[in-house]
Amino acid sequence: MKIIRYLQVALESITAHKLRAILTMLGIIIGVAAVLVTMGIGRGAAANITARIESQGTNLLTINPGASSVGGIRGDSGSAGTLTLKDAHDLMNKDIHPAISYVAPEYSANAQLVYSDTNVRESVVGVTTDYAIVRNLIIASGEFLTPEQVESQSQVVVLGSVLAADLFDNENPVGLSLRINGQPFQVIGVLEETGGFGRNTPDEKAFIPIGIAQGRLFNAPRYRGDYTITTLNISAAGSGQVESAEKQAEMTLRLNHNLTADQDNDFNVFNQASLLETASDIAATLTIFLGAIGAVSLVVGGIGIMNIMLVSVTERTREIGLRKAIGAHDNDILMQFLVEALVLCFLGGLIGVGLAYGLAAIFAQIPAFTFTVLIQPDALALALGFSLISGLVFGIYPALRATRLDPIEALRSE
Amino acid sequence: MVNEPVIEIQDMTKVYQMGDIKVHALRGVSLEIQKGEYVAIMGASGSGKSTLMNMIGLLDRPTSGTYKIRGVESSKLSKGQLADLRNQEIGFVFQRFNLLPRISAQRQVELPLFYAGVTSRKSREMARAALERVGLGDRTHHRPDELSGGQQQRVAIARALVNQPSLLLADEPTGALDSQTSLEVMALFEELHAQGLTVVMVTHDPLVAGRAKRVVTLSDGKIVSDKANGHHLNLAAWEAAYENH
Ligand SMILES: Nc1ncnc2c1ncn2[C@@H]1O[C@H](COP(=O)(O)OP(=O)(O)OP(=O)(O)O)[C@@H](O)[C@H]1O
Ligand SMILES: [Mg+2]
Repeated sequence: MKIIRYLQVALESITAHKLRAILTMLGIIIGVAAVLVTMGIGRGAAANITARIESQGTNLLTINPGASSVGGIRGDSGSAGTLTLKDAHDLMNKDIHPAISYVAPEYSANAQLVYSDTNVRESVVGVTTDYAIVRNLIIASGEFLTPEQVESQSQVVVLGSVLAADLFDNENPVGLSLRINGQPFQVIGVLEETGGFGRNTPDEKAFIPIGIAQGRLFNAPRYRGDYTITTLNISAAGSGQVESAEKQAEMTLRLNHNLTADQDNDFNVFNQASLLETASDIAATLTIFLGAIGAVSLVVGGIGIMNIMLVSVTERTREIGLRKAIGAHDNDILMQFLVEALVLCFLGGLIGVGLAYGLAAIFAQIPAFTFTVLIQPDALALALGFSLISGLVFGIYPALRATRLDPIEALRSE
Repeated sequence: MVNEPVIEIQDMTKVYQMGDIKVHALRGVSLEIQKGEYVAIMGASGSGKSTLMNMIGLLDRPTSGTYKIRGVESSKLSKGQLADLRNQEIGFVFQRFNLLPRISAQRQVELPLFYAGVTSRKSREMARAALERVGLGDRTHHRPDELSGGQQQRVAIARALVNQPSLLLADEPTGALDSQTSLEVMALFEELHAQGLTVVMVTHDPLVAGRAKRVVTLSDGKIVSDKANGHHLNLAAWEAAYENH
């Protein structure tokens, strides 16, 4: 097989000129590593965002009070509104709302939490037992609020993991007492860390029975004699039923709030699934964008290859002359330089892959970098394929130049 | 000697165009060399010796005139056929730059075999044999920078021989060598000649030329003398001049 011997010649030439080979490969090494790492960052970020959103439950609908748009002014979703406990109870009726499996109202406000001499201001959320199910909360130690505790409005609290650590350091808080706005609460459980983000992360919140939050603690405003709530969390009966659940809830709420057909909703519905869709759309765009930046560096690397290959053809004019003088055909020279360019690019690509994995491993050691750099097989194939193609594209011109050299002119050149 | 011309050159000229200036490197050379001859080409620097050798070695094409190699008109051959003839029929030892840098002697000698399409196992053996023949059997893994000048030249000769050509061309093969190594290289050439190879060699050294059977002298692109050896110069006088030089 002649190709194997061209490979041998190429490898020989590469090992005979190691520094030149490394310089030639540098562009491809950096290009491939750049493509893999940038795409890896994009994909890692996407996977991370998706996982975080999913951790909050994909079947989740959240409804906040406030008109979606009143005279162009958007209502503050936390402001006193028209959403009440009665709404929550009505939505629990499975007969009219078959697409809704759980309803968990919450009333949240910021409060002072004090344990010995530690004092923090965090969101305290009044909830029911189902809240843990709807929001995918997992207990790390102790237990979540029981229906009895919610019913009897016991002064008990479940802490988010970060909040627990802030207040109690390394102590196990379960069984200990803390004060919320001056009132004593006994800690009955601590949640597992979710890593969630934004205002929705349970990690920094405290959960108490909803009745105490609305009554004694925050004295929630009333609407038509009922305590208002700040958020309604609804779990759809399945991922395919999110839209129906949304429709059914909307219907009941509009009825309860006496809204006429020409009136807008006085509440906002957020759909976790559509949020997920938006997020993965953004992530895909991000990945393409980052990948494109990497691809540009790969092209620049390819041009670098052409550059050095051209220099190398000039530098090796006499070698080419000598090879022709002892019987090399034009094809032999063409193949030699082409195979050499391909081998260089492929080796460069492989080293680039190694570098990308190295960088990914380094990123993994950086605590501020909360997600992993995801290097997937298709990205690998893409980067290696691209480096081979650039070897071909950018190697062919120098190879043709080498082929065209006249043997005697080549031999005589200095 | 059998009358079987290997090289037939008729009225060959070579003109190099250097901008506006025309350099006449060969001005009508006619030369016939028979199979099995041992010819030295002499002449002052710039007289056209290398140019003529490159023509004979099918590395360059003449401006006018004809060149038949083993009866075949060279101008009618394609690039590929020329390459094959260079590979199969001609062994060339160059005046300068003979070896590829940083490649072992063994691989240098394997090169013509590679282009001839010989399998790698066979070419390894043949290259080894050729290196042994020039006395470098123990230097096969040395690279050019690890070899002396004479050894490098012998590697080049081994490479010229490895495809068993019928014509050995050498452009000042001893130019860069001391007299002792020159003698060794000459002895090798004589041995090859004795085995039936046609040898054409350029040299400035009258002692080296003196060992050839025929000496062709060039001057300013023309052949000014072409004699069977021993008749055209006073060897003793040359030798004395050489010693004083
Ligand atoms: N490529 C070229 N372009 C222009 N002129 C050339 C070229 N090659 C050779 N010449 C000229 O042709 C003439 C013959 O050159 P050639 O190399 O054949 O000389 P030579 O007899 O081999 O000399 P030397 O003994 O120094 O090697 C010289 O005048 C040289 O300058
Ligand atoms: Mg010369």
